[in-house]
Amino acid sequence: MKRIYLDNAATTPTDNRVVQAMLPYFTEIYGNPSSLHAFGQGAKHAIEEARHIVGASIGAKPEEIIFTSGGTESNNFTIKGVAFARREKGNHIITSKIEHHAVLEPCHFLEKQGFKVTFIPVNKYGLVDPADVEKAITDKTILISIMHANNEIGTMEPIAEIGKLARSKGVYFHTDAVQTLGHLPMDVNELNVDILSASGHKLYGPKGVGILYVRKGVRMLPFMHGGDHEQGRRASTHNVPGIVGFAKAVELANEEMGKEIEKLTFLRDKLIKGILSTIEFTRLNGHPIQRLPNNVNVSISYVEGESMLLNLDMEGIACSTGSACTSSSLEPSHVLSAIGLSHELAHGSLRFSLGRQTSEDDIDYVLAVLPGIVGKLRSMSPLYKKEVK
Amino acid sequence: MEYSEKVMEHFRNPRNVGEIENPDGVGRVGNPVCGDIMELYIKVEGGIIIDAKFKTFGCGAAIATSSMVTELVKNKSVEDALKISNRAVAEALGGLPPIKMHCSVLAEEALKKALDDYRKRSKIAASVKAVKGAVS
Repeated sequence: MKRIYLDNAATTPTDNRVVQAMLPYFTEIYGNPSSLHAFGQGAKHAIEEARHIVGASIGAKPEEIIFTSGGTESNNFTIKGVAFARREKGNHIITSKIEHHAVLEPCHFLEKQGFKVTFIPVNKYGLVDPADVEKAITDKTILISIMHANNEIGTMEPIAEIGKLARSKGVYFHTDAVQTLGHLPMDVNELNVDILSASGHKLYGPKGVGILYVRKGVRMLPFMHGGDHEQGRRASTHNVPGIVGFAKAVELANEEMGKEIEKLTFLRDKLIKGILSTIEFTRLNGHPIQRLPNNVNVSISYVEGESMLLNLDMEGIACSTGSACTSSSLEPSHVLSAIGLSHELAHGSLRFSLGRQTSEDDIDYVLAVLPGIVGKLRSMSPLYKKEVK
Repeated sequence: MEYSEKVMEHFRNPRNVGEIENPDGVGRVGNPVCGDIMELYIKVEGGIIIDAKFKTFGCGAAIATSSMVTELVKNKSVEDALKISNRAVAEALGGLPPIKMHCSVLAEEALKKALDDYRKRSKIAASVKAVKGAVS
């Protein structure tokens, strides 16, 4: 059976060119970059070059890039690192209700440590209103963290505007750019961000490596204590193959970004239009225009997400759902709840996230298969029966 | 989380989907948090459940447990059907992931409710009969 992978927001396949770039750093240039001999210095040279490439791609200086183990670490590092470094100044953090758990959970942890966190609501498209952020700022606010684009519904947040606001108030501004680095043009100066998180495996790089951009002069406590790696900010022997792979992935992304955005936007809109026009009682979640080029998130009334996901998987199509039944909490997605979806609509959501390997044939196949699956599940749904009568 | 082969088999080919016209008992249960909603219909003759059908809005486990519970109650006496526990449903499916056990609870509740409904209906039917008998 042909398998179609439409879950690129969860993770992407590692590009073969990235794998090739990484390979020598496992078996040939395997030295520890902290070592002074030639083995170590070869590896050191590779990570510094990688730092240069990654920094340049977002308008940052090389020394402003810290390599981490991924998005979750970068977000934890930021939230806790800023909170503990600036607790003399204040104890208030502002974030949104639709952040990734890797931001929300560190915030909940800090609440238990005596910090105060404001979770800004979003409108029906999932947009944060900068005016709400402004109103929430107090003289105790030390950090604002708003994601660049939402991983579930694809909505792009007004980061530059919020960043400008934060800067005028002297508050650090962090953005979780896990869904956008390598997918959209990005410049930390245009975005007015002080700190930015990203992850390798979301941009056709390897898993287990991420970055944190930290603007020069920003104070944060180290997340990992140990050796003096990464200017003493993040101890741990460098993941040299991972770092090399990350930089290669960024390089490739930048080369192909223009035509990639164009292709994905076309396929995204075709899939959205196709679903909404061929299946009744469906709606698009997230912003219709201000959204990631690869994100399609729809709610299909009267059917539950997991049962659709399993049926699609049986037809070779991989996607994801915000239904409670796939999470361990049994609560439906906090993002879909935040945009005002009822429990049933949140349970009936599907996310298709397109990628570099997605073709128009793949989209046509989904559009050919999905209506039948929905029809089958609706025929056994007690909710559909009531509505139709 | 992984489903057993048996769960997937019932999910792929659910048994007894639909409604029964003029049922003798209906059980409708729902868990608003998890989002599963289950309707179970039974037809009873001479104290034996001769037919059972279901309609379910829910995840793979919810559909599979609905399908299994209809299979388990068919041709059982009302008394025996009352003894079917959520564990029995889960076991008949080759087990459920721990997080999905609540789906089997839902199936048991739907069954209990349908049987309860049957008892109420038969009581009413019996008293209607008695009243009719007294009048004639």
